[in-house]
This record gives sequence, structure tokens and C-alpha cells, in this order.
Amino acid sequence: MQGEARTTPLVEMRGITKLFSGVTANDDVDFSVKAGEVHALLGENGAGKSTLMNVLYGLYAPEKGQIFIKGTQRVFRSPKDAIAAGIGMVHQHFMLVQTQTVWENMILGLEGTGFFLPRRKIQDRIAEISEHYGLQIDPSAFVWQLSTGEQQRVAILQMLYRNAEVLILDEPTAVLTPQEAGYLFKTMRRMKEEGHGIVFITHKMHEVMNETSRVTVLRKGRNAGTVMTNETTPEALAEMMMGEKVPIDLFKSPLQPGPELLEVENISVLNDRGLPAVEGLSFCLRPHEILGVAGIAGNGQRELCEAVVGLRAVTEGKIYLQEEDMTHASPRAFIDRGVHYVPSDRKQVGMAADLDVNVNSVLRSYWQAPFSRHGVIDWSSCEEHSRNIIDNYHVSVPSGRTPVRNLSGGNLQKLLLGRELSRDLRVLIAMHPTWGLDIAATRYVREQILCAREQGCAILLVSEDLDELMAMSDRLAVIFKGQFMGVLAEPSAVSFEKIGLMMAGSRASEVLKEEECCHEA
Amino acid sequence: METLTPILAAAVRSGTPILYATLGEILMEKSGITNLGLEGIMLMGALSGFVVTLSTGSPWLGLLFAFLLGGCLGLLHAFLCVSLGSNQVVCGLAMTMFGSGASALMGRNHIGVAISGLHSFPLPGLAELPVLGRVFFNQDAMVYLSFALVVVLYVYLNFTRPGMNLRAIGDNPKAADAMGLPVARLRYFYCIVGSGLVALGGGYMSVVYNKFWAEGMVAGRGWIAVAMVIFALWNPFQAALGAYLFGGVEAFQLRLQTAGTPIPAPLLMMLPYAMTILVLLIIAVGKGRSILLRAPAALGIPFHREERD
Ligand SMILES: Nc1ncnc2c1ncn2[C@@H]1O[C@H](COP(=O)(O)OP(=O)(O)O)[C@@H](O)[C@H]1O
Ligand SMILES: [Mg+2]
Repeated sequence: MQGEARTTPLVEMRGITKLFSGVTANDDVDFSVKAGEVHALLGENGAGKSTLMNVLYGLYAPEKGQIFIKGTQRVFRSPKDAIAAGIGMVHQHFMLVQTQTVWENMILGLEGTGFFLPRRKIQDRIAEISEHYGLQIDPSAFVWQLSTGEQQRVAILQMLYRNAEVLILDEPTAVLTPQEAGYLFKTMRRMKEEGHGIVFITHKMHEVMNETSRVTVLRKGRNAGTVMTNETTPEALAEMMMGEKVPIDLFKSPLQPGPELLEVENISVLNDRGLPAVEGLSFCLRPHEILGVAGIAGNGQRELCEAVVGLRAVTEGKIYLQEEDMTHASPRAFIDRGVHYVPSDRKQVGMAADLDVNVNSVLRSYWQAPFSRHGVIDWSSCEEHSRNIIDNYHVSVPSGRTPVRNLSGGNLQKLLLGRELSRDLRVLIAMHPTWGLDIAATRYVREQILCAREQGCAILLVSEDLDELMAMSDRLAVIFKGQFMGVLAEPSAVSFEKIGLMMAGSRASEVLKEEECCHEA
Repeated sequence: METLTPILAAAVRSGTPILYATLGEILMEKSGITNLGLEGIMLMGALSGFVVTLSTGSPWLGLLFAFLLGGCLGLLHAFLCVSLGSNQVVCGLAMTMFGSGASALMGRNHIGVAISGLHSFPLPGLAELPVLGRVFFNQDAMVYLSFALVVVLYVYLNFTRPGMNLRAIGDNPKAADAMGLPVARLRYFYCIVGSGLVALGGGYMSVVYNKFWAEGMVAGRGWIAVAMVIFALWNPFQAALGAYLFGGVEAFQLRLQTAGTPIPAPLLMMLPYAMTILVLLIIAVGKGRSILLRAPAALGIPFHREERD
């Protein structure tokens, strides 16, 4: 009996197939979770990890396949059923109600605790659980007041409050500083010891190697294999993920930066809610140089980029492009002077998703010759231009008439880069340029950006991927709450830990030793 | 004071239809559904309430029927907006046109007929209070019901479990869904109850306030209620304040008309609307962006579980 219980997994998924309007997100996937294990789910972006877990959590109804909980087959019609069966999930984008307090979020959708809210009782229970798992939180704080790391704690507590036996964590460390990730691992170990089963989705190999006992790799929606962590290597896992070996290191030639091209002096910018997002930032961009910006999402990166390309009003400070005051210039004025933008939201901001490839390829220049003459668009030259991009940037599309909505992430980004990296480019503002791309496309995009640098472009590169920033940047700024904690003149000389501290709000002067060469802007 | 109390009492009475409609819309919007069909629903409520009162002789049956019919219209709105995911603004506008047209058509034979309607019912004890008694407690039962509704709704929204769930589905339906709340079913429910309250406001106009039916008698009060929701920042008490402001100006201008001022009547009749819009404008400018912060974050956006945003 005892032996039986130990071998029956907490969760067993068999032959799961899930389609999204024709796209196969999961194809006949088997997956299981045992009590007391941390099971890593690995795979490139778009491999189907989140989809598989959403099926387990009852959010997505699979086309085919069965789910067994402790040996009995279950059908989940909604997360309510899954929660009742002991499954809990912390999504990549937390499912929290921002306008409510922590304790209100805790009992959201729970039944059977009375009509009026027993606030005291709930807060006591939260205190108890958070004490036990080391997840400190103020129960009466509003969610919108909390940092990303704290919100994640709320999301985890939410599941523990529901007595989840299986906890799914979808890329939890992507939004954490290295220190915060350390605390998360402590909590995970505690839960593992108590016999919880944990599914841990991540892109970081060292986390897989150190924190998990089994690994399942998904590739293009299929299960590419499940192995014990101590019987595999990062290289072997990477190969399982990609199906081929791709060299990861980039060649970056040493170049002498030119004179200052874009100068930003003490600018302040508001976010969509009218609250300060960027406060008194100064920096400059120079030809042949990449200024990287590291930071956790939501610290003003997007607002900063938008301000520097004229898409967002600057409330204070100045922006100069070669001595010309561009502070209140229109986006068109920036474009005309060769300042181009690769936004993080390619589909909404970078492209007009419902229009076709031809139109999108000239969105930034359709009013200029040769695309327009006397205010009339010359479609054949637009088409030629788009064909050039498709050929030169290896965009795989059926035809120029395909709406860009149907392009995959990698192809969309190639098309966007092809459009922005045109001959008149002088300053490139790139935000998360490789986010969501597979390894081959990532490499291609990085090479293109380095190529622009070589040709004398001044580049601002905002990313959440520290490896990318370290490999690409000539200088690295760390942003926190709309301010630079410091600009590192020699990023590779500084450890990840120290950059992590800066991402959490420590100033460079507090963290770095003097010889680690830092200056304030 | 002697001349002011009757005006204030009249203000409460003529603000009551708007109060019902505003409370109904608050309920719907809190769940994430915009309903711009208030004008049409109020007209249908006014006509149906009147007809049933006329044929049964019972104003209570008439009001009940208005509520139920409003619920049916809410069901229709929910079907279009929740199940089919249609554009809520368009559906609301269609509802207004439908309600205005249908009530005008079906009410043709009832124009000029009078009913005895609902009479005022001074609350023993409270009605004797100086000023307050005359203004608030010398009214009909529907006015008292609206007082209770304001308090109940406020407590419900802020201090109860279902009220908290209601706020959640309007602010982040994805999160509510992921926590196991039946988002669609709840939105249906609040759409039905909310529209019922809106129609009750219409019923009040024909059965209690005017005691007759006239084509288009709601006269834009539905639209004022839509705007009032924003002015009230989705708070029932502020909704009452706004409704009585409209009612106050309405009562005041009626007084002026009967007193025979040289100001042309159409100008006077415009006054309550103009005042309300002015006040809304001042508040909107004053609050600026914080109005956006108070609005249910998912207002007007259809929710489908497997759709990505
Ligand atoms: N809700 C959805 N609607 C349509 N397509 C989706 C949806 N969710 C995921 N997909 C598609 O399914 C595939 C797998 O996505 P996902 O599970 O999010 O991958 P991962 O989490 O591994 O990055 C991708 O091609 C993605 O575009
Ligand atoms: Mg994912």
C-alpha cells in the first residue's frame, strides 16, 4: 500500500493535444509530477509549456488526452475543478486583481466562508502560511502597491491558501532579481520536503541543474524527452530543446565610439496612469556603441524608449540630437532624422497586425520617394521593397499579401528589423529585440544589431536578459523605478549578483568597489 | 426654509428615477459590462409599468412587471455582449433605439390616460422631523426603497464576498476566472438585475412620478444616468447625490415655470441637463486621470478564456 502510493504520481497527463485555430500548441504530450519533486519544464518560447500547464490547470480544454490525479482520471471544466483536485498555478503574468488588497485576492472565488468577509480570520491564516513558507507579505496592502516579486509571493500564497498539492510556476524567475530568486528557491525546497509536487518552468539552465530533480523538454509542442537532472548536462538539454547544436557566443569587434549623437538630459516621463515612470534620467548615445539597459520589467523602460523616439511627452528635461533640441519633436521628426524604434510589443506598436507584409514594410517611409509620388502611393515599389526585406532578412512568409497577424514571432521580428535597419539609420532604440524568439532567430537578430553598431549606429538596447546585455553592451545602465542606479563602463567586469542588487534598487556606489569602474551617467 | 422644503422634497422625487437607473448601471459596469441602453430600457419599463398598473389597478404589480421586463432586456444584452462577445457600445445604442421605438409604438393607445398610481406614505415618527422629515420621509415607498438600495449596494460592493467577486470580474476577469469564478454567469446575473433596476426607474416615472404615459417621457434621463455613474465614481452614495442634484434643478425650474417667469420654457427645461453636464465636466477636469483609476479596468472588454490579449 505504502509502495503503491509512492509510485503513483500526483499528476499524470497522457497524450495531451491542444490546438489554437489550427496551430498545434501541444502534440500528444505525456507529462507527470510526483510528490516531493521539482520537475523542470524546459523549451524555447512557443514550445507549448504554458499551454500544457494551462490544460492541467483547467483553463484550456485539450482536444485529446487524459489527466489522472493520483491515479484517477479527471476532467477539468474550469480552474475551479483543478483547484479542487489540488492543482495550483502561478502564471507568468500574475492573475491578481490590482485594485484589491492582498487578503481580498487570497479568498477570491473561494466558497464557504460566509457572506461578510471575515477579514481578521483571513489575515491570520495568511500570516500563518507566509510564516511557514517564508513568504513575507503585508496582507492589507493593495496589489498595485507591491513590487513584482511581492506580487509573485501573493500569487503563490493564493495557491497555498487553497491547499494546492501540485504547484505550477510559469517562468517565476524571469521577473526576479537573483536575490529574490534565491528566496523563491528556499520556499520551493520547503514545499518539496513537505511532499508537494512542483512544476518549474524556466529558461535558465543553471536553475534547472541546481533546483530540480527531473526535466521534461518540449520542442515544437512535442515531448522531446524526460530525464533525471543528475543524469544530464546543460549542453544535452540545450540540444534536446533545439534539436540541433547552435553556437551561442557572438563576435563583437572592438570599436572606438564616436562623438555624442543623442543626448538626454534629466528627462522625466509619466506612465499611462499619469504617475512618474522616468525621473530625471540622463545619458548619451554614441556611434559604434551599444548602451544596454538592465532592469526588471515595469521600471520605466518602455516609457523611456517611447520618450526618446517622440512617442511620449517629456515633462521635464531635454533631448538633443546633434545639438538640435528634439524634446517636444514629433515621432515623424525623429524618423526623418534617422532615429528608429524596435518596440517590445511588435504586433501592437511595431506593426499594423491586420495589414499585409507589403504595407507594413513601408509603414515608416510610405510618404517618401520612391514609395509615394505627389501624395500617391506607388505599390509596385512598396512591393519591391518588401521583397528585398523578405529576401535579405530571411523572413519566411507565403507572400507579401499575408497579413502580419499570421507571422510567427521570429518572422515578425525579422520583418520589423528589416524595416528599421534601413540605410538612413543613425540611432536605434531596441526593446526586448529577442524576446520570444527561438535560438536561431535570436542569434540572427543579435548579429544584425551588432552589424548596425559596426556601421556607425548609436544603439540603446533594453532587455531583461542579462546574458544578452552582457554579450552585446559596451556600457550597461541599470534602471530601477525610473532612475539609473549607475552606468557600468565595463559591464563584463561586474558580477551578476551585483547587477541584481542594483536591479533591486541599490546604487552602484553602494554595491561596487571603486576599481569596478562605474560612473553615474 | 418654508419655500425651500417643498422644492427639496420634489428634488428627491424627481431624482429617484435617475437614482434607480444609475444604481443599475453601477452594478453592470462593476461587472465589466457597459450598457448604453438605459434610455430604451427605462422607456420600456415606464410603458410596461403603466400598462400593467392600468389593467390590474395595482401599481406594485406594474412596478414588478417593469423590473422583470428590464431583466429580460438585460438578459438580451448579456447574451449579445457576454456570449457572443459583441461590441457593448453598439448593443447599448441598439437597445436604446429599440426601446424608444417599441415603447412609442406600443404605447400609442395609452396616451392621455391617467392612473391613480402610488401615493405618498409618510414614515411615522421620521416624517415629523424638521425639514429632513418633509424632504426625505414624506415620500412614497419607492423612494424609501431607493434609500435602502443605496446603503445595501454600498455594503454589498465593499464588505461582502459576492461583492468582492463582482469587483474582481470587472477589474480582471482573467484573474477571476483563474481563481474559479464563473465570470460569464456572474456577468449575466448582474446584467439582468442591473437592467431590472434601470427599468424600475422608468416604471417610477410613469407609475409614481407622472401617473400617465407619454411617448419619450424618460426624456434623456437614461443618458444622464450613464454619465452620472462616472460622476459618482461607481459609488452608490455619490450616485444619490448626483441624482438629487438633477432632481433639484428640475424641481426648481418647474417652480419657475409655474410662477410664470419671462424666461422661455424650453430654456428652463434644458437647465437640469445643462447643469448636470456642467458639474460632470468640472468633476472630470478636477479628478483628471484618477477617474480612469476608479473605472473597472476591464469595462467594455469581452472576456473569452482561451483568447490571448
Ligand atoms: N491563447 C492562445 N491563442 C492562440 N494561440 C496560442 C495561445 N496560447 C498559445 N498559443 C500558441 O501556442 C504555441 C505555444 O505557446 P505557449 O504555450 O505559450 O509556449 P511557451 O509557454 O512554451 O512559450 C505558440 O505557437 C503560441 O503562439
Ligand atoms: Mg510561456
